[in-house]
Amino acid sequence: MGSHKFSHEKIPLEKIENCIWRIPKYKPGMRVPGLVFANEKLIKKMQTDRTLWQSANVTHLPGIYKHSVTLPDGHEGYGFPIGGVAATDYDEGVISPGGVGYDINCGVRLLSTTLSEKDLKPKLKQLANIIFRNVPSGLGSRRKDFRISASELDSVTKEGVKWLIKKGFGWSEDAEHCEESGCMRNANPQKVSPIAKKRGLTQLGTLGSGNHFLEIQKVDRIYDENKAETYGINFEGQVTVMIHCGSRGYGHQVCSDYLRIMENATHKYHINIPDRELACAPGKSNEAKDYYQAMACAVNYAFSNRQAIMHWVRQSFKQTFNQDPETFGLRLVYDVAHNIAKVETHKVNGGRKKVWVHRKGATRAFPAGHEDIPVDYRSKGQPVLIPGSMGTSSWILSGAEKAMDLSFGSTAHGAGRMMSRSAAKRKWWGEDIRINLEKRDIVVKAASPIVLAEEADDAYKNVDVVVDVSDNLGIATKVARLTPMAVIKG
Amino acid sequence: MHRNKKFKFLEHTADVYIASYGKNIEEAFENAASAMFEVMTNTKKINPSFEESITVEAKDELALLYNWLEALLVNFEIKNMLYSKFKIFPFKKNPDSLIIEAKAWGELFDPKKHTQKVGVKAVTYHRMEIIKKRNEVILEFILDI
Repeated sequence: MGSHKFSHEKIPLEKIENCIWRIPKYKPGMRVPGLVFANEKLIKKMQTDRTLWQSANVTHLPGIYKHSVTLPDGHEGYGFPIGGVAATDYDEGVISPGGVGYDINCGVRLLSTTLSEKDLKPKLKQLANIIFRNVPSGLGSRRKDFRISASELDSVTKEGVKWLIKKGFGWSEDAEHCEESGCMRNANPQKVSPIAKKRGLTQLGTLGSGNHFLEIQKVDRIYDENKAETYGINFEGQVTVMIHCGSRGYGHQVCSDYLRIMENATHKYHINIPDRELACAPGKSNEAKDYYQAMACAVNYAFSNRQAIMHWVRQSFKQTFNQDPETFGLRLVYDVAHNIAKVETHKVNGGRKKVWVHRKGATRAFPAGHEDIPVDYRSKGQPVLIPGSMGTSSWILSGAEKAMDLSFGSTAHGAGRMMSRSAAKRKWWGEDIRINLEKRDIVVKAASPIVLAEEADDAYKNVDVVVDVSDNLGIATKVARLTPMAVIKG
Repeated sequence: MHRNKKFKFLEHTADVYIASYGKNIEEAFENAASAMFEVMTNTKKINPSFEESITVEAKDELALLYNWLEALLVNFEIKNMLYSKFKIFPFKKNPDSLIIEAKAWGELFDPKKHTQKVGVKAVTYHRMEIIKKRNEVILEFILDI
């Protein structure tokens, strides 16, 4: 597999224009250059760790087109940087589980309500408490009254959110407002290991811990009224709910299992890659086909996970206000994946090519008119949801044309860490963070005060800066900024 | 070299970066497992009252570390087990694989008793190193959380 030793040499970087940098083909094995989208401050941060080295490593993947992409929130990941995108040829290229990551379809869903901040204020604490009770969060948490059998798990991962909707967990219109309509149809549970299934069985409908969260938010500012209205964002002060989590142990195990399989495949097909975590196989091989079918199961698991959680959020509104959730809107705006591989068609060298797009900590950002956008949003562009770190703003953007030229229809996915967890813990105590947020009138419910300290917002890059770069480049443009009223964390 | 620490947390922006130490590789592997459970909970509160046998096989030492930690993580998620004590017998060496035979002691996770820290998503190969010195083995690895 070659040495995966990191070299401390400075990665060469050429500034092409404002916020666009190129890593030239500076070492043997690089098939294309790397492209990095960042302002001066963000690029300096990327130069402090292995982010750019990983961006260069990704360009070694056989069949890669144009350039590897590193988005403004890019930071050091495993194999790929987080905030990384790569497209490989459908026939001649490879698929790499490292280009998707361990938390397959970690993603975000947003609900809009008809309530204003003022309407909710008197009930906010009560609502946050009820959601905290209804939605399992934190280490090893699960709902005692929600159990599925092994065969039901297979149905969930085959059918995605539609299975849950059929069982009463949601409204029929929810599915259309998910990426892939909440189901990748190539899912095949036979390609998922028994261990992955066992891990998944008890974790459906759980938030998890770490950077995952559920927030009650308000619309802080609308930047594009026309698009906002189409997405159901109608006025400043409007209450929204954001759910950020992924495929839990099910997806983590799928990634891990296939990393082993792909490692053997990398040898078998004589592929030269500079990092064990970039293990891959030709898209046409059985190994790759199996991974793609298993990955799709994990993708569907994650969509369904967020669907179950959303259902309990709606129920929590009902319990708080003693009225049906429909009274408050509670409409699903959109659900997007941040960690996924897909077959898409993209402009390459003047033609159109079918490719494997890997998005690792990246959000699909298709422009207006694209057929994969829900019909009611299609004329405006795909909603892009970017969560901030705890206590800061989150964003709704809209996919734009430039994304198809620069980033294979993708933009950033979040803030990206600046500070290590241990440094954050040394600097802050969980309780201080809670008091600080509460001073700003934000209600906090957390299973672990340690997670609060680790996830303190100062430990992250400012998400507003990340979004500015995306907006300036025109890969996804600002629609509305959301700020938290209540944070629920594992 | 004598250290009073079994492991320590190193600086890394995204996730948990651990160094674990041992007189030999087996002990360093035991301490790596302790470190992983310390990420998830306060291991001092885990009563080592149940004993379990764990066997893991891999084709090289790095993969063995990955598989060993993953096996314990899977036991936590599937059986709800937390462990605080480990014993690894000397690695068995096959022509094309290495085998760990180990015992782990712990108890069932009880959210009322055990501190909830951060869930571990996965073990990774990123920055994974096995450093062998004359009287000491150091393992470095990152957990995705």
